[in-house]
Amino acid sequence: MYLADRSAPAGAKTAPGRGSGRGPAVAPTVLALGTVSLITDISSEMVTAVLPLYLIAGLGLSPLGFGALDGVYNGVSALVQLTGGHLADRVRNHKLVAGIGYGLSALCKPLLLLVHSLGPISVILALERTGKGLRTAPRDALISLSTPDELQGRAFGVHRAMDTTGALLGPLAAFLILGVAVDGYDAVFGVSACVAALGVVVLVLFVPSGAGDTPPRPRPAAAPAAPPAPARPDPVRLRDAVALLRLPRLRALAICAVLLGLTTVSDAFVYLLLQRRTGIDDQWFPLLPLGTAAVFLLLAVPAGALADRIGRRTVFLTGHALLLAAYGLLLWAPDWPALPYLVLALHGMFYAATDGVLPAAVAATVPESLRASGLALVGTGQALARFGCSLAFGGAWTLWGTGPALAAAAAGLLCCAAVAGHVLRPAPPAPGAPPAPAPPDPARRP
Amino acid sequence: MTRSRRLLVLAVAVLLLGGVGATLVQRAASRADRPRTGGPEATAGSVTLTAGRDTLAFLGSGQGPHRGALASVPADAPDGPRTVSDLTCQRFYAAAGTGVCLRSSPGALAQDNKAVIVDAALRPVRSFPLAGTPSRARVSPSGRFAAWTVFVSGESYGAAFFSTRTAILDTRTWKLDASLEEFAITMDGRDYRAQDVNFWGVTFAKDDDTFYATLSTAGETHLVKGSVSRRSVTTLAKNVECPSLSPDETRIAYKKRVRAGASLWREHVMDLRTLSDHPLAEKRSVDDQAAWLDDGTLAYALPADGAADRTDLWTVPADGSGRPEPLTSGASSPARLG
Repeated sequence: MYLADRSAPAGAKTAPGRGSGRGPAVAPTVLALGTVSLITDISSEMVTAVLPLYLIAGLGLSPLGFGALDGVYNGVSALVQLTGGHLADRVRNHKLVAGIGYGLSALCKPLLLLVHSLGPISVILALERTGKGLRTAPRDALISLSTPDELQGRAFGVHRAMDTTGALLGPLAAFLILGVAVDGYDAVFGVSACVAALGVVVLVLFVPSGAGDTPPRPRPAAAPAAPPAPARPDPVRLRDAVALLRLPRLRALAICAVLLGLTTVSDAFVYLLLQRRTGIDDQWFPLLPLGTAAVFLLLAVPAGALADRIGRRTVFLTGHALLLAAYGLLLWAPDWPALPYLVLALHGMFYAATDGVLPAAVAATVPESLRASGLALVGTGQALARFGCSLAFGGAWTLWGTGPALAAAAAGLLCCAAVAGHVLRPAPPAPGAPPAPAPPDPARRP
Repeated sequence: MTRSRRLLVLAVAVLLLGGVGATLVQRAASRADRPRTGGPEATAGSVTLTAGRDTLAFLGSGQGPHRGALASVPADAPDGPRTVSDLTCQRFYAAAGTGVCLRSSPGALAQDNKAVIVDAALRPVRSFPLAGTPSRARVSPSGRFAAWTVFVSGESYGAAFFSTRTAILDTRTWKLDASLEEFAITMDGRDYRAQDVNFWGVTFAKDDDTFYATLSTAGETHLVKGSVSRRSVTTLAKNVECPSLSPDETRIAYKKRVRAGASLWREHVMDLRTLSDHPLAEKRSVDDQAAWLDDGTLAYALPADGAADRTDLWTVPADGSGRPEPLTSGASSPARLG
């Protein structure tokens, strides 16, 4: 669902020289990117929402086994993200690489109309996923490069809230179309393609190609290799990107993201657990992700702003504590009518407190010229760790049953959170500051 | 580009793309009103599930006003004029005056899926919410038990997944076993438990207790024989999907996956005493739970030539001889009544 486009970390720090504190609420670039994500998510969630119905009722296929393939694409997508991030730094044109990603995904939508068997459909969805992987890191880098240090959390919060809004509107639009046109899957895919194309248009028109120095005027997206930014003649090499891991703070964040990712049970399992352990009716099952998304959407901005004020580390760790509380409630499974709502609320709060906050923290540790690479590095690590967790959790569920598997995940999460709390403890010189070893920042308030 | 120029370009793009989108929706919406050309004549009327008259019931398939509507024809003139009811379903099956209609309609935020039990006059008796998209439906020969399978999809960071959920309903007591996954499984003589267990394609025997179904786990499918009252199943054979028990209860017809991982199936018939099987004369890939028209003939749906959204019904002899013959066009979910 709303995970549509996430997973890439983002970075932060290049204050574009705005005075301290309360500049304009959010940089225009962030709003533009948020709009692009919103539109693109409407488009992709339209397809996702009707896909099961289309495969089974429309084409008469048995889509079992589809899931296994999907797992593979996710691994591939994580690696593509790494490529996208590095490529964006290399050609110094984040917008171009993000645009290729958005464009590739948009091109896939109409193709769905032309194929009628599972194999080709899987290939098209894999390409769609590749586009998503490509664009994530450069997009988050653009967000971070257009926002002053002390507002990064909020900027990512705004972006994630807009992204999630799109994910909620997508199914609405799709079912509206199916309501008007019986079995109008072709109409859904066609409209989805139009919406995706609109997203690309907005990107091209309104997002500046963040070559680093946040040019005041957006350049047309078509320009390939960015016009050489005056400041940085050194080419970005693969080695530089790998060397990022030698930055102690980034390494610490990467380790924490991976550790916590390894104990973050995937959403699908959370919903399955919720259904099994609280006995909610089958018909509500498809609506559970919407609960999480709604809470995420409402709290993403406040959580991001809070992270900017009291420290990203605190908020990030609190988010995981909330997830732990959700696991605890599921384990305990008291007979409260409000239990499902409570678990979904905690789950949504977990996303609000972590999904945009991690990139904000990562961005603060990575130099501008390697921003997208750094974001991709942490994002890929986290995505692969979560994928590993899905596999392990599935295995534990089979061997031990739901209760013990969940207990193991909760214990793991507790340990990892403790380690993360230790690893991420504020660097001595900047007590009370956001966890990032903030490079000297004249704009910071006294 | 200046700001106003950019806004102008955006406005043009919105108008263009919006126009294309609106046209697509409009075209799809008007499709439902156009009667299908060709194919058997259809007249609206009342369809009954009462035993006695020898009829064949099925759902209309393909675009047009009768899409998904339950229709019936005399069993000896399957391709003749149809009587079409106003009950629409995604999947349907009926026996001895009980029908099960799996229906999927678009809701506000998700599909609204239901299993509706209808009486002989197609009046809804009860309906049950479903967790996913309808896939298979069956009623026991006595009309007492109904079973259905739906595909459940979920999404996650890691993976979108599809799994099945199969339920059995006793229409006399209205007791619902919402998921066969809670039944005890005996595999190769031992108790078996796993998280990746999926069931689909139930078929009932006349004793109103025994059933057969497909069990999938660890990447393999098994034919299981089960007991509703004991809430248990036992594996019999491998690579069997969507079994369908013959009226004399000696054989099952099923789809056998041609190669692991490929979505290709051949329709086979297995003798339940010897567990030996033979392929049928149908060479095309059948992805359906076949229905026995009599002890020697099977009916099943296949995608119509050149149309992604329409299926035709075919028959083939159950002994492996002969060749597939068209039964009627633009139809799915066959059930022989009476």
